[in-house]
Amino acid sequence: MASVHYREIDGRSGGYYLLLIVLGIFIAAGLGAAWAMEHHGHVITGMTNRIVWGAPHVFAVFLIVAASGALNVASVASVFGREAYKPLARLSGLLAVALLAGGLAVLVLDLGRADRLIVAMTHYNFKSIFAWNIFLYTGFFTVVALYLWTMFERRMNGYSARAGMLAFLWRLVLTTGTGSIFGFLVAREPYNSALLAPLFIIMSFTYGTAIYVLVLMAACRWSARPLGDALLARLGSLLGVFVAAVLYFVAVQHLTNLYVARQVDLERFLLREGGIYTALFWIGQILLGGVVPLVLVFAVRGRAALAWAAACVIAGGLAQMYVIIVGGQAYPQHIFPGKEVSSSFFDGVVASYAPSLPEVALGVGGVALALALTVVGLKLLPFLPRSLADAESAKA
Amino acid sequence: MSPDRRQFLGWAAAAALAPGLRLIELAQARSPEEAVSLLRRWGLLIDVEKCADCDACVTACRDENGWAGHGRPATDAQWIRKASLRDRGTGLVQTLPLMCQHCEHPPCVDVCPTGASFKRADGIVLVDKHICIGCRYCVMACPFGARSFVHEPLTGQKPDVPRGKGTVESCTLCVHRVDRGEQPACVEACNRDGGKAMLFGDLKDSSSEIHLRLRREPSTALRPDLALNPGVRYQHL
Amino acid sequence: MSLRIAAAVLVTLLGVASLAGSAELAGGRVALPVVKIEKSGACVAPTAEMRRNHMKMLLHQRDRTMHEGIRTARFSLKNCVECHASQKTGSVLGKEGFCSSCHAYASVTIDCFECHTPLREARAR
Repeated sequence: MASVHYREIDGRSGGYYLLLIVLGIFIAAGLGAAWAMEHHGHVITGMTNRIVWGAPHVFAVFLIVAASGALNVASVASVFGREAYKPLARLSGLLAVALLAGGLAVLVLDLGRADRLIVAMTHYNFKSIFAWNIFLYTGFFTVVALYLWTMFERRMNGYSARAGMLAFLWRLVLTTGTGSIFGFLVAREPYNSALLAPLFIIMSFTYGTAIYVLVLMAACRWSARPLGDALLARLGSLLGVFVAAVLYFVAVQHLTNLYVARQVDLERFLLREGGIYTALFWIGQILLGGVVPLVLVFAVRGRAALAWAAACVIAGGLAQMYVIIVGGQAYPQHIFPGKEVSSSFFDGVVASYAPSLPEVALGVGGVALALALTVVGLKLLPFLPRSLADAESAKA
Repeated sequence: MSPDRRQFLGWAAAAALAPGLRLIELAQARSPEEAVSLLRRWGLLIDVEKCADCDACVTACRDENGWAGHGRPATDAQWIRKASLRDRGTGLVQTLPLMCQHCEHPPCVDVCPTGASFKRADGIVLVDKHICIGCRYCVMACPFGARSFVHEPLTGQKPDVPRGKGTVESCTLCVHRVDRGEQPACVEACNRDGGKAMLFGDLKDSSSEIHLRLRREPSTALRPDLALNPGVRYQHL
Repeated sequence: MSLRIAAAVLVTLLGVASLAGSAELAGGRVALPVVKIEKSGACVAPTAEMRRNHMKMLLHQRDRTMHEGIRTARFSLKNCVECHASQKTGSVLGKEGFCSSCHAYASVTIDCFECHTPLREARAR
């Protein structure tokens, strides 16, 4: 295989600094929101005692799930041995770490007692999947750093396949753990499902690949590096297959629910009578996040179509997260089967929720942090090949 | 005598005395220096038929524990609430107080990442606010919506009931009163001003009223499908 | 040349620091703690031991109270407040509060009173 030359981006142009400044503004806004929430309490947000996880968690879980998926491109290269993807592996690792950092930052800053992070890292209840996730997330940084090192350090190149396998397995466990945070909530009908973990795995594939495609296209265009159509077409097909898989899992999940008599109310809520949640499900998740990208990738084809498809997948992914996280909490818990319930604590009714500015600012700040880390990383180390034109990379 | 034999005799003596100790223990309230033990399990029995249309229990809990709201029902803490039920089939209307069920297998304890949500040896489920990081996972996990998150800075807490911004809280079964040998405030208020629907006692004490009533009369736990074995039981639901 | 500059900076800093250290006078920049013992009788342990170990005692005791229900009066935070709260304000926090005075001087955040009331019970009723 022809050797690939990697080089840092110049990062001295006005555009580069402007990008960093813009991202910096969003990060500052996010930090400001976190400070306000910490100082005044969560009463300034839209989150309540019925909806305890809101917009910040939608962003955070999306970023964390996408982080594990972003590593997918590198896994396809190292673990599945597809040579054509090898030049893409380094950026994949960088993006994975950056997205995870962004997601975790949002999660930690939203904690009611974020100042007790040290407590969280020294007191563990190992029955809690959340506690396991803390290990999995911090371990992920180490594992990916190791993997990147085997790719950067010429003498370690021989080990990159093994490091890649470790990273691949680690991220499968990590994403299973993230899905299980919800799947293990036996008390809540929308979550209590073994399907949630594999659904999260396949969702991670779509979000990660979509974000990777957009970052790759932007990085190559803005640093004036050629990016071949054939390579992009491969990534596009990959994205399309994953999107189809997500649609399949979602279909199975809802069809199964419809067969369980007790869950029919839930399905009616999600699929027909849930207001904003129903709209986000059909228009956001299924149409924008599923059908449109499939059409763009497999029927329309081309670079622009792929970019739009990736953007749609991201939008659809955020919608899907919103439906799962917020919609799942909005649906009332059935404590008394066969009874209509009402109380001063909003029992028996669909809880209302509207994202507030601090929440969205925090979430967007996390996204900006992830992107800023990527932008800075590209300048510090040679993550990006000098050329990804087809003649060099079309080997496998 | 060899150490092993001495040890054995010591254990045998303890085993022989243990039942007697239990009786002595029951006769006296636990002294403040003693740790709580597994020999007791505190619980509540609520007779829904007797539950009147009042909210003496809620008011008493609020006054005792100091969780008066800020006029924002969506974010204000509620340790106990009255739930109105209407049977979809028959139309029967009932009310009952709903609070932390102090389960034997609490989902909130399972999911807490730091172990702040825990079950004391005598069955009371509490939040150790010293290590609560305010992640609200336990609020998600509770099948009864019993937990509240403190959304604003607090002042004027009751000296026996610390509560603070950014942590999660719920009914403590008035642990500070129970440890003094008293009853939870809701039970006391119900018996004084309400329908006398609530009974508090030691579920493991075979001579306590609650134990005897549970053994004699039918009662239900909420969400029996989850097999949580709560310490709070309802009758005539 | 740069070594000389570094040395000059170091000497200046040390000089300023020593000046600050000598401000035992009322004109010093940081107010010295005001420890008012208004109640008669002794604390639960000798002063020197309390000064050195009260934080460890609190950390250890809180677990015993929470998890084991041990509520001896000797190590109860409520009792500390009962005794040490200012007669004037009824609180252990505030300008000359028993706890906040030393903690402000030592620049150590107190977490306890995020949840525990700093007010003496008689006053709070």
